[in-house]
Amino acid sequence: MIISVLRSMVILTVLASLGGCGETVLSPIGPIGAAERTILLDSVAIMLAIVVPTIVATLAFAWWFRHGNSRARYRPRWAYSGELELLMWSVPALVILFLGGIAWIGSHDLDPAKPLHPKPLQIEVVSLDWKWLFIYPGQQVASINRMVVPAGVPLHLRVTSASVMNVFFVPRLGSEIYSMSGMATQLNLQADEPGTYPGLSANFSGDGFPYMRFNFEALPAPQFDAWITAARSTGGVLDDAAYRGLLRQSAPLHPYTYRSVQPGLFDRIVTLQLPRGEGPRSGRPSPDIKPIAVH
Amino acid sequence: MFGKLTWQAIPFDEPIALGAAALIGLVLCAVLVWVIVKGYVPYLWREWITSVDHKRIGVMYCVLAMIMLLRGFIDALMMRSQQALALHAPGYLPPEHYDQIFSAHGTIMIFFVAMPFVIGLMNFAVPLQLGVRDVAFPTLNSVSFWLTAAGSFLVTLSLVVGEFARTGWLAYPPLSELTYSPGVGVDYYLWALEISGIGTLMAGINMATTILKMRAPGLSYTRMPVFCWTSLASNLLIIAAFPILTAVLSMLLLDRYCGFHFFTNDAGGNPMMFVNLIWAWGHPEVYILILPAFGVFSEVISTFSGKPLFGYRSMVAATMVICILSFMVWLHHFFTMGAGGDVNGVFGIMSMVIAVPTGVKVFNWLFTMYGGRIRFTSAMLWSVGFMVTFVIGGMSGVLLAVPPADFALHNSLFLVAHFHNVIIGGVLFGALAGTAYWFPKAFGFTLDERLGKAAFWFWLVGFYVAFMPLYVLGLMGMTRRMQHYDQPEWRPWLLIAAAGVLLILTGIALQVAQLFVSIRTRNQRRDPTGDPWDGRTLEWTTASPPPVFNFAIYPDVTGAEPYSGMKERALESMQPAQEPKYEAIAIPRNTPTGFVTAFFAVVTGFAMIWHIWWLVTIGLIGAYATFVAFAWRDVGETEIPAEEVARIDRATREVRAAALRRTHARQHEQGQSA
Repeated sequence: MIISVLRSMVILTVLASLGGCGETVLSPIGPIGAAERTILLDSVAIMLAIVVPTIVATLAFAWWFRHGNSRARYRPRWAYSGELELLMWSVPALVILFLGGIAWIGSHDLDPAKPLHPKPLQIEVVSLDWKWLFIYPGQQVASINRMVVPAGVPLHLRVTSASVMNVFFVPRLGSEIYSMSGMATQLNLQADEPGTYPGLSANFSGDGFPYMRFNFEALPAPQFDAWITAARSTGGVLDDAAYRGLLRQSAPLHPYTYRSVQPGLFDRIVTLQLPRGEGPRSGRPSPDIKPIAVH
Repeated sequence: MFGKLTWQAIPFDEPIALGAAALIGLVLCAVLVWVIVKGYVPYLWREWITSVDHKRIGVMYCVLAMIMLLRGFIDALMMRSQQALALHAPGYLPPEHYDQIFSAHGTIMIFFVAMPFVIGLMNFAVPLQLGVRDVAFPTLNSVSFWLTAAGSFLVTLSLVVGEFARTGWLAYPPLSELTYSPGVGVDYYLWALEISGIGTLMAGINMATTILKMRAPGLSYTRMPVFCWTSLASNLLIIAAFPILTAVLSMLLLDRYCGFHFFTNDAGGNPMMFVNLIWAWGHPEVYILILPAFGVFSEVISTFSGKPLFGYRSMVAATMVICILSFMVWLHHFFTMGAGGDVNGVFGIMSMVIAVPTGVKVFNWLFTMYGGRIRFTSAMLWSVGFMVTFVIGGMSGVLLAVPPADFALHNSLFLVAHFHNVIIGGVLFGALAGTAYWFPKAFGFTLDERLGKAAFWFWLVGFYVAFMPLYVLGLMGMTRRMQHYDQPEWRPWLLIAAAGVLLILTGIALQVAQLFVSIRTRNQRRDPTGDPWDGRTLEWTTASPPPVFNFAIYPDVTGAEPYSGMKERALESMQPAQEPKYEAIAIPRNTPTGFVTAFFAVVTGFAMIWHIWWLVTIGLIGAYATFVAFAWRDVGETEIPAEEVARIDRATREVRAAALRRTHARQHEQGQSA
């Protein structure tokens, strides 16, 4: 009861402070983000049940027992109470027991690697200096800095890096995951509401880091198919030579697509059969941080 | 001849960096000239630079921290103003400069502000609270301090010669590897931290030995002030954690200098190993910083409430539980690396468990105030401000410890808000409370309270205005370390945060004014009794500033809060304790060992950074020769004769006796009027 009152208080305060605009992790567009929002708000509500009284008591005690308040009773030797100490240890312990349960269940239910569906849409994500490459292995097309998915379809992402660490993150989808060279992390997501949402890297990756952003577009299924068809008819071929070109540090001005992708490219990146990002060509300052058009 | 060092190392093409460097150089030169013209050099050399007195070294640690705080704060000002400007725009700081600024800000604030501040307070107060004459290894103490200073010197030097790391304050590989950071920035970072890290490790060994082996007669573990307990826990953590830092940074150095593959992308290197190791140091580090601050708050709240600390045993137990648990939670810094439900779940729960002893501490402070007679000095204001602020920061911390919540908030400004919430609201408020509390002990006069309180309110309000918007921005999906951005809805919150930083700037200006005014009017604010706050622990039994030997005779401790007991007994019997039989005291001689070692450490580090191998050899030989010269010294101690000890102590005792008579007369009057 108290928790649910607190919870609605939290939601109201947070929404009020965000000015009612919806562009936050608290207005998710898919099931993963929604589940994470629930856990986030519940946890805050549970903790407020103990934090608010503590803050109020701190201010109240400090004020009431001020020097010069003759109505407050001075107890210069009172420094121990077994009952109080029992409460002090057990109340936080109970709260943590409760929250710990949420954490344990939540970290299993929402484990990024846990599949949402037996047959999701496969997308392979590669972070490069400083752009995102999205490969659609089933469709044999690829896209730079623009991730297009069908709305309402479960997605299975395999994420790796061609150079330094990055984090794949679409705030309104929920769940981030690190991209790291020589390994593939997994992420299962789903976007239910069609629309265009900002995506970004959440781990600093060098001077071009602010350019590591992309548009995440959830389209109704027919439009997604149309996008795939269109992608198949424009752009270059992503083979080894084209991939080597991507390894140079650059920030593309506009997103673009590849009409076909050499099969198994992602696995060869993960298993380090292809070279890694080149890094800067000299020390200071870094050369290619201005966006340049690459096609 | 000069390795990689050429004129290109000076950033002539970066007006802001060059201007900042010129300003710092100018200020340094002005201070040097002033010191030389006024003829202070011999005094500084004799009384401070070569001093092995723990009080002097403690003060120098704190001064270093305050100077570096100004530097780190200027970085913060630049970051906030850049982000306030950089919507759809490059702002005024290009990426290669902005990236150095946030890396330097984090490195400086943790290693060269927070660390020296808490170590300085421990150095100053712990031996006094223990009732002993110095730390276990006085010369080592001096070496530790000067090595820390050497590290901060190298970081500052990187402004002028070369560049600083552009990798963030923890320099994750592969970004910090030679391939992606070929410049000297990461090398400055690594050598500065290797040198100062060794200093910190030695300081930890020194302080832990002091607390474990050197306490006044009768001062058993269960009678130690809580500040000594938290210092013990903190220094045990230093001993356990800092070797990990030194080792992991050495591995990265081997990667960069010798072509090893510990953390590279290829040849079997594993960057995740670095992330694990650096946080295996990094999380205990958080508690190394906050535990001494908890100790300061315990002393301050108890003293100004006029009561013993509530639940002493709970407090000690909570401290030691935190000390152990802090080593079992490091993985919560990277829940989003895909470790799986079991691992994330275990580390999430372990992280939350730490909130239990921490919560107990907050309740203990709460009930220390209950039934008290609270005097709101500035030290007490910092403490109450801390309790409120820290509870909020703790709450956001527990929230981030829930793995699914972290999946949505990791590395966002929500996280940045959280750790500033606990480090400013906890560590820094603690250091400032400790400064206000022990300043009169160190210098014999009190700080101006009016300016001190004004500074507190600007800091407190400024903190909330600067960091609460970052929580909101984190929820809006803004990630940290953005040199520019293109989401207009972030802008208003960044402007509010920038305004908050200006409020903090006002607070800092007031603190500088407070120091200035207090020193100018020090003769009116002398505290002859050595006990301006009606203190309860041993440091207040000696004069302010304490004589070089701290205590003419070792205090005989018969209970917890020994000075309260002594004062009560003296009031009851209406006379101070009998004059003791004075004896000669041997104290360690001053030595330039620490300063010279640090000089050669700077030379070695600088030469390593620029690959000037012959200079490396000179630096290493010099440092070793300094050690040999110290090890073969003929005389290590000087003796203060008994008459001198008696003369110093009698003066203090007379003031005390007069104070006792006044207190007694006052109580008598009150008794009559009641």
